[in-house]
Amino acid sequence: MAIALGSTAVFFVVVAVAITHAPGWPEVRRQFFDWGEFKATFPEVARAFLLNVKIFCIAEVLILVFALVLAVLRSLPGPVFFPLRALAIVYADLFRGIPTILVIAMLGFGAPALGLSYIPKSVIFWGIVSLVLIYSAYVSEVYRAGIDSIHPSQEAAARSLGLSRGQTLRRVILPQAVRRVIPPLLNDFIGLQKDTALVGTLGAIEAFQQSQIDTNATFNFTAYLSAAVLFVAITIPLARFTDWLVLRDRRRRVAGGTT
Amino acid sequence: MSALAVERLTKSFGKHVVLRGVDLEVAEHEVVALIGASGSGKSTLLRCINLLEAIDEGRIFLADREITGARDVNAVRRRIGIVFQSFNLFPHMNVMRNVTLAPRDVLGLSKAEAETRAVELLDRFGLADKRLEYPDRLSGGQQQRVAIVRALAMRPELMLLDEVTSALDPELVAEVLQVIGELAQGGMTMVLATHEMSFARDIANRVCFLDEGRILEVGTPDEIFTNPKEPRTQQFLERIIKARRL
Repeated sequence: MAIALGSTAVFFVVVAVAITHAPGWPEVRRQFFDWGEFKATFPEVARAFLLNVKIFCIAEVLILVFALVLAVLRSLPGPVFFPLRALAIVYADLFRGIPTILVIAMLGFGAPALGLSYIPKSVIFWGIVSLVLIYSAYVSEVYRAGIDSIHPSQEAAARSLGLSRGQTLRRVILPQAVRRVIPPLLNDFIGLQKDTALVGTLGAIEAFQQSQIDTNATFNFTAYLSAAVLFVAITIPLARFTDWLVLRDRRRRVAGGTT
Repeated sequence: MSALAVERLTKSFGKHVVLRGVDLEVAEHEVVALIGASGSGKSTLLRCINLLEAIDEGRIFLADREITGARDVNAVRRRIGIVFQSFNLFPHMNVMRNVTLAPRDVLGLSKAEAETRAVELLDRFGLADKRLEYPDRLSGGQQQRVAIVRALAMRPELMLLDEVTSALDPELVAEVLQVIGELAQGGMTMVLATHEMSFARDIANRVCFLDEGRILEVGTPDEIFTNPKEPRTQQFLERIIKARRL
């Protein structure tokens, strides 16, 4: 422990010395680490950041549900369900293939431009739709891995008791599958938290967009630092929580304790 | 009336033929033991009877009514209990939930009714103090007894036991066999695949010797174990005796 702390300290001192002795450092410090600017921009950026949190929360709930539907569709057996399975596969391939920022740009600028009166014009709405579409493709794969990891004997046991396919899925397969994939799920959500900043490219005033406005006004980039601090402040706890869950899971399995 | 009748049952997995025309009739309250080498088709036969495997040819009757091609397989399965070699308890549910799940979700019993039924069975098989335990806290023998209780909670008219002691440590086999013995005495109709020859001899009314997907010889335990007619049955039993399993 002492060695770990010591080597970490030495490492950071070396890096800090290297950076602060770089020829451009005084300029960079003025541009990016201006305390006065930070104090001035932080409240504004923090207020805008609430939009990121809102986007994240709404998208997360929708993704959890939609991705589960996709995963279940893909796990349906037999030739009857082939079209549904194929559709789910094409969907996952497509939305994991297209860069997030492209989907956001296409939907965010394209959908409102259709001029249809019955669809929302809000870029935030379309930003959320884009994030849901993309992340559901990833999360459905995570769910599917979980479903596949449940041994077929569990299904046999449930079906042999007279439970229907749906009851078996709901009562026996999914509860076990979801429990197993909570850590990778949270991992995807760390990515989602960061990607809410991409909705700013549509013009929604979220943390990144707000800091951009501030930098444009003052020609000082410290506002970006404010946004970075805010993102880190929520992603780090989630990352540690995920690590803790993984560790707890591993300990339990080793100890053969309760599920 | 026969509890179960199987007629000319064939089943193959791809090119591998597992059952080649099996005929079997089981009377009410009868206990039939299926013996034979691994891969002779015992487990597959049980899984076909419970409609867990689709059959290729033949017919299966439960209480004189045909169940092959049944429109509602769930309705058939709830009348047949099956216990597997590997217990297959639901690891995310405690013992009580394992036992009450199907009575509540399939039979539509209330929580209280299902729990009364479960408690009664758990008490009867010495599991009263394990109600709230999760499966991974139980010994293999206890898990298998819970699996038997889980099947019994549906009040099945027929029980299928698929090598239920094969995955157990030797010292845990007796407690599970005792439970099955009690069931037999209670008049439960049972078909059991087993490697426990002395147990089959004690408990079964009839013994069927399966060889390469066919029932080669059927008889009372005495006929099969003391006077086997077929050379293949004799060979099989000799091997068992050499391995000191009889």
